[in-house]
Amino acid sequence: MSHFPLDPTIWSLVIPAASALFLAFFRDWRLAARINVLVCFLSFCLALSLLAVPREAPGRYLMVDDLNVVFLVLNAFVGFTTSLFSAGYIQHEIEVGRLTPRLLRFYHAMYQFLLFGMTLALLANNIGVLWASVETATLTTVLMVGIYRTPEAIEASWKYMMLSSVAIALALFGTTLTYMAARQTVGEGADAMRWSSLFTHAATLDPPLLNLAFLFVLLGYGTKVGLFPLHAWLPDAHAEGPTPISAVLSGLLLNVALYSVIRFKMLLAGNPNVLSPGPILITMGLATVLFAAFMLYRRRDIKRLFGYSSIEHMGIITFAFGLGNPLANFAGLLHMALHSLTKSGIFFMVGHISQAKGSQKIADIRGLTESHPFLGWGLLAGTLAIIGMPPFGIFLSEFLIVSSGFSSHPWIVLLLLLGLLVAFSGLALRISGMAFGKPSGRQEPIRVMPLPFLIHILAVLTAGIVLPHAVVGWFRQTAQLLR
Amino acid sequence: MNTFDFDVAHLLSGSLVLASFVLLYQDRVYALLHVFTFHALVLSLSVAWQAFAQGAPHLYITAGVALVFKAILIPVALRRIVVQLRIHQILETVGGIGPTMLAGISLVALSLVVTLRTTPAGDRLSREDLAFALAVILLGMLMIVTRRNAISQVIGFMSLENGLILAAAGAKGMPLVVEISVAFAVLIAFIVIGIFLFRIRERFDTVDILVVDQFRGERR
Repeated sequence: MSHFPLDPTIWSLVIPAASALFLAFFRDWRLAARINVLVCFLSFCLALSLLAVPREAPGRYLMVDDLNVVFLVLNAFVGFTTSLFSAGYIQHEIEVGRLTPRLLRFYHAMYQFLLFGMTLALLANNIGVLWASVETATLTTVLMVGIYRTPEAIEASWKYMMLSSVAIALALFGTTLTYMAARQTVGEGADAMRWSSLFTHAATLDPPLLNLAFLFVLLGYGTKVGLFPLHAWLPDAHAEGPTPISAVLSGLLLNVALYSVIRFKMLLAGNPNVLSPGPILITMGLATVLFAAFMLYRRRDIKRLFGYSSIEHMGIITFAFGLGNPLANFAGLLHMALHSLTKSGIFFMVGHISQAKGSQKIADIRGLTESHPFLGWGLLAGTLAIIGMPPFGIFLSEFLIVSSGFSSHPWIVLLLLLGLLVAFSGLALRISGMAFGKPSGRQEPIRVMPLPFLIHILAVLTAGIVLPHAVVGWFRQTAQLLR
Repeated sequence: MNTFDFDVAHLLSGSLVLASFVLLYQDRVYALLHVFTFHALVLSLSVAWQAFAQGAPHLYITAGVALVFKAILIPVALRRIVVQLRIHQILETVGGIGPTMLAGISLVALSLVVTLRTTPAGDRLSREDLAFALAVILLGMLMIVTRRNAISQVIGFMSLENGLILAAAGAKGMPLVVEISVAFAVLIAFIVIGIFLFRIRERFDTVDILVVDQFRGERR
């Protein structure tokens, strides 16, 4: 962190934080939406530059390594495309009077603040800073979920707040225990909370304390990942907030929570005397996939439907990291990136669809391909991608996960396949009804922002057909790190 | 660490567990608020004692935050909410008092067994502190689960969080404890302001979470 004026790590924090402050006092919401896009684009460029500049040694509070840079770039990219979508989305919300210009000031400030919190969580080189920034990011989303002030939105954000507060508390207890486990060998003070020094001393940390710490951390951050049985907040929070927030929640915040779990898992992997976290993650991941897959059938709300689908995919990724061999880690990273892109893309479509129909109920949405061809075919393409149909990239990553685990855990992988199949038909069933048939409800065309969705779906498609060598090399290198 | 220091720390953190038990069976709003004030006061004393025993002056700030914020400001704010929303009635619990207390006792036993086995025997102070802190955390969770009323859930969460601060203060030399206690103060302020802003009463005509739960998104 020596060359402060040139250091992109510092700037990627300063920019969102400063613009959050600025946007909080900025009156013109049309211009604010554009500034929001511009700032997100800047943040994306900064995240890309992190790839290019030579790595420095981990700093006192911040660090950049192969693992978090994947998350940072992905975060900044989806943050940018979502801000584009959000600019179109909120214009419609203002026109129908669901949001007021005053609330939008708050909305834009919170959007940047959320990006700030997530970036800090990823960059943090200190488990205390990590904890505080995940808390910040969660709290901002709680506020965003409740922004419509309907009874449902308030209930969703109350539930989200209570559950995530308890989760935050458990994660902090795990953090304290990790510190205590490290204190004897690393020494008292900030060193015992720093990722870089924790990893160098991983083999000497106190095993029983570290075990206990991992359980609490898993419960705490796992709640935010949406792992079964700690997922209860997730569908509500996805359904009741503004759709750009659902896109960011699914695409980014879940990943950030998962990143925290993975980091702690790496810490345990470095110590031969502790419990092995793999089987725990496999079990939780599998339970999550199976549960979410069956829950897909009885959904009546389109955003809730995709909320459950996010739970399912988080389960798949957790499963992959639980397997823990290099191929599975590679596939898990790939799946995480592709899921983020696909799911946020789907939410872009869902946002426009619910605006076009004036409802999120699945029963009110019929024959989209006829009434709104772009939205209908877009939703269909996104769904085909998310259920893992070739030639989309998720097919590839799911195939890799399944094949990487088949030799070591054949029966467990069969169960995973069952979950994938159930989820496949559940989503296909729901979506075919919405995409085809005789159009119902409102049929007036609405203004659509096609670009963000097209970028995402094309990226996922490209990944499925020819995964670029650069990406393969990059992810493989990161997967080596994971163990 | 001399025996006297240890005994006082033991006494204070033990009282915190006791106060958590007292919270469990309160069925009137004002009594609940009073007990919570006592809970926060004990925490503040306990953290101050840790500051003194460890020679860690920054912990006095944490103790001060606990005293001003949780023992004074929050109870006053909650009292105002209770008056404004007119919820003096008996608070309902999900299970009876008896089963809840039994569950509480087993949780304390569990936390003692878990922590005393996992922590190294050398450092008695932080070891027993951790056991009590875990007990307070689990009792707080039990309280959140067994209460239906929004205000008692918030108090349950705050008592849980007191346990966390106790653990963090007991972990000798842990950095960021002050920052964390301030972060929690912000979080709690959020929740309390949330009750105000969302005007749960206005929307649902009650602060009973059971009624709030009937607004499930899918039953629209």
